[in-house]
Amino acid sequence: MTTTVTPESPAAADHGAENYLNHEYGIKSWLLTVDHKRIGLLYLITTTMFFALGGVFAGLIRLELMTPQGDMFQADTYNKLFTMHGVAMIFFFLIPSVPAVLGNFVLPLMIGAKDVAFPRLNLLSWYCYITGGSLATFAIVAGGVDTGWTFYTPYSSTYSDGFVALALTGVFINGFSSILTGVNFLTTIHKMRAPGMTWFRLPLFIWAHYATSLMMILGTPVVAITLLLVALENLLGIGIFNPDLGGDPILMQHLFWFYSHPAVYIMIVPGFGVISEVIACFSRKAIFGYSFVAFSSLAIALLGFLVWGHHMFTTGQSVYASMVFSFITFFIAVPTAVKIFNWTATMYRGSIDLKTPMLYAIGFMGLFLIGGLTGTFLSTLAMDVHLHDTYFVVSHFHYVMVGGMVMAYLSGLHFWWPKMTGRLYDELMAKTGAVLIFLGFNLTFFPQFVLGYLGMPRRYHVYPEEFQILHVASTGGATVLGLGYIIMFGCLIYSLFRGAKAGPNPWTAKGLEWEIESPPIAHNFHETPIVTSEPYAYEEEDVLLADKASH
Amino acid sequence: MSKDFSLHPELASTFALPVDLLYFLLVAISAFFTVAIVVVVIIFCVKYRRRSDDERPKPIHGSLPLELAWSIIPFFICMGIFTLGADMFFRMYRAPADAIDVYVVGKQWMWKIQHPEGKREINELHVPVNTPVRLTMTSEDVIHAFSIPAFRTKRDVVPGRYNTMWFESTKVGEYHLFCAEYCGTQHSTMIGKVVVMEEQDYQNWLSGGAAGESMAEAGMRQFDQLGCATCHKNQSGGRGPTLTGVYGSPVQLASGDIVVADESYIRESILQPTSQVVNGYQPIMPTFQGQISEETLLQLITYIKSLSEPTE
Repeated sequence: MTTTVTPESPAAADHGAENYLNHEYGIKSWLLTVDHKRIGLLYLITTTMFFALGGVFAGLIRLELMTPQGDMFQADTYNKLFTMHGVAMIFFFLIPSVPAVLGNFVLPLMIGAKDVAFPRLNLLSWYCYITGGSLATFAIVAGGVDTGWTFYTPYSSTYSDGFVALALTGVFINGFSSILTGVNFLTTIHKMRAPGMTWFRLPLFIWAHYATSLMMILGTPVVAITLLLVALENLLGIGIFNPDLGGDPILMQHLFWFYSHPAVYIMIVPGFGVISEVIACFSRKAIFGYSFVAFSSLAIALLGFLVWGHHMFTTGQSVYASMVFSFITFFIAVPTAVKIFNWTATMYRGSIDLKTPMLYAIGFMGLFLIGGLTGTFLSTLAMDVHLHDTYFVVSHFHYVMVGGMVMAYLSGLHFWWPKMTGRLYDELMAKTGAVLIFLGFNLTFFPQFVLGYLGMPRRYHVYPEEFQILHVASTGGATVLGLGYIIMFGCLIYSLFRGAKAGPNPWTAKGLEWEIESPPIAHNFHETPIVTSEPYAYEEEDVLLADKASH
Repeated sequence: MSKDFSLHPELASTFALPVDLLYFLLVAISAFFTVAIVVVVIIFCVKYRRRSDDERPKPIHGSLPLELAWSIIPFFICMGIFTLGADMFFRMYRAPADAIDVYVVGKQWMWKIQHPEGKREINELHVPVNTPVRLTMTSEDVIHAFSIPAFRTKRDVVPGRYNTMWFESTKVGEYHLFCAEYCGTQHSTMIGKVVVMEEQDYQNWLSGGAAGESMAEAGMRQFDQLGCATCHKNQSGGRGPTLTGVYGSPVQLASGDIVVADESYIRESILQPTSQVVNGYQPIMPTFQGQISEETLLQLITYIKSLSEPTE
């Protein structure tokens, strides 16, 4: 795929000796690093902590719901649990996971850059994340927040007595982390591509991150403003959303969903990028319909800003507005379907190897398909009236966010893990984790579709007893799911100590990141690579820049 | 309100069957696509499994006819579903003219319900079977949602405004009433039941118990006690406009706009009188914001509505 500027380079003669992990030591070398790869790892460690925290909250929620009576926690405690589960998972795990962990690590590698365009800004973005995360964690420890992750007014601004303003400030500061990452990626993709890396030679992971970055930059300021207004009303009693003070509570929902619907795509579109890479690699095929997959990401990013009102069909917003929102929402189904069809077609006549990343990717396709199709139930106006605010919605977005996004993230993590750490994990153990996660997930969330259709409302601590059997099934599934996550986590950690050396390209994958050492050297490339062919050129012979450089 | 486990909720309103038919259509379409793609993926995984590490399959870069087909076909399916859903939604939105009125006030954490005849209830809603019922709803504090799964309908109950919903029950019985919008500590106990009765039973129920004044009568009493009648006289010439015949008719405002005097307009005129002053009058009316409860407000509105009824 590539040639180097100069064939002779003595720097890498001592193969694998020095890399980004061991060229510097000490806490300071990590906390003040401007290396995109180290920042990616910092994000990996911190987002994993929030994932674990949110996971524990989820487990406690499922335990409470084993019985209809609400006998394990007080009502207030339960309300805080689901709020903090949502806040930790959405703002501090799902939104940063793929872009900030995988994107930070591989995006510059993929386009042949030495780093992102603004390395110091990249570090600042991690500090924004940590500061926001610490404030939110402090709000949790100090007494908790019970507004739901949606912070609907006037409950959040006037009636809730938790640490709402503190949590809002945490989410607000965390928003800057998103904005900075978005700015960094956009600039990097525009200005730092290696010679020959034209727009249509970009891996689809890059296209997905381009679309995501646009949404981060355009959407996040709106939620920041909204949360600031809620905090102002909460602290100072300025009337914006509370009708007693002359405000309009529905206005908050408009502003909130103007960001938070695109945020759903901020979470899932980078996952699409991962899936494109993994399916191409483990089918040894170029992505079918490259430009359709690339532009469907941009189409989703654009249309994603025009559908926020589909969260508000029952609020009493104008019936005509609801129709427009419903119409555009159905429109989004098209680019989404196009992606699924193209991935399937990519596998046609391929050479398919069901390694762990591919297992996760195929799991993603099945679960995301169900998540997407159940989305059409909710965008159907009359149907949504019945399903809105029930477990059907809970199940739908978990299919998209966990079944889709988390599976994509784990697929990517297992795919690039050898590149990040230089180690291979145990395939059998990793596959066991993947299968348990897939089965446990379905067992947890499929019963919730039925619960929702039966009318079981969301956020209920106590519920009518005829719903118990489905809740028990769901909790059983969550146990399997939790076990799967623990095995997955243990497998990756174990590989750090006992894993076999990965070598530069354990999957015989195509792409610049696979042509350099694992783990890469601090500056990624010994020489600036020059790109001479299309992406996913799986029919061509393998090339290793690292080997060339050392010969 | 069966306590037994079931995979399908009861059907008890005129919306239930059409919504369920839509649901089963969507389930069928979703199942078709899910099974089709999963089967194809499994076949590919088996048929094209890697047999040797040297395999280098020929690239296939795409196919415009295929891309168009799998864009256009889903698009038309989506448009079909959209049309069905929107049409049904429109019908759920417009209450029939002969619907009977019931008034709902949500507060943390109970439902307070008033019937125009004067009967009041908490966390229970009694309605006659086969009769369209229109609920006019507001909240005293945070946002709630009035949800009746057996009727396949719900609507948010928002402070500071009136939202309406309607339904026509088809089966005598008791059904779950849930608050569907998270509203704080006791959200999950803000539940109750909807009791659907035969017309005669409903009339007996309405006239049973302590025979109180009707909502309009209570509203008239409040109208006098609050001093509204000093300005809003029965004939013209008062400092405020006469309210006879106002409800449901167009009103010319001082700003030049013309609005129809519905419940929301009357509500706003009582709470924020200076915001929509009637043409030809001075903005001198004091505000009643924070001085009267939502229930009293509904009684006043019912009284003003009664001034427009021909039989009065």
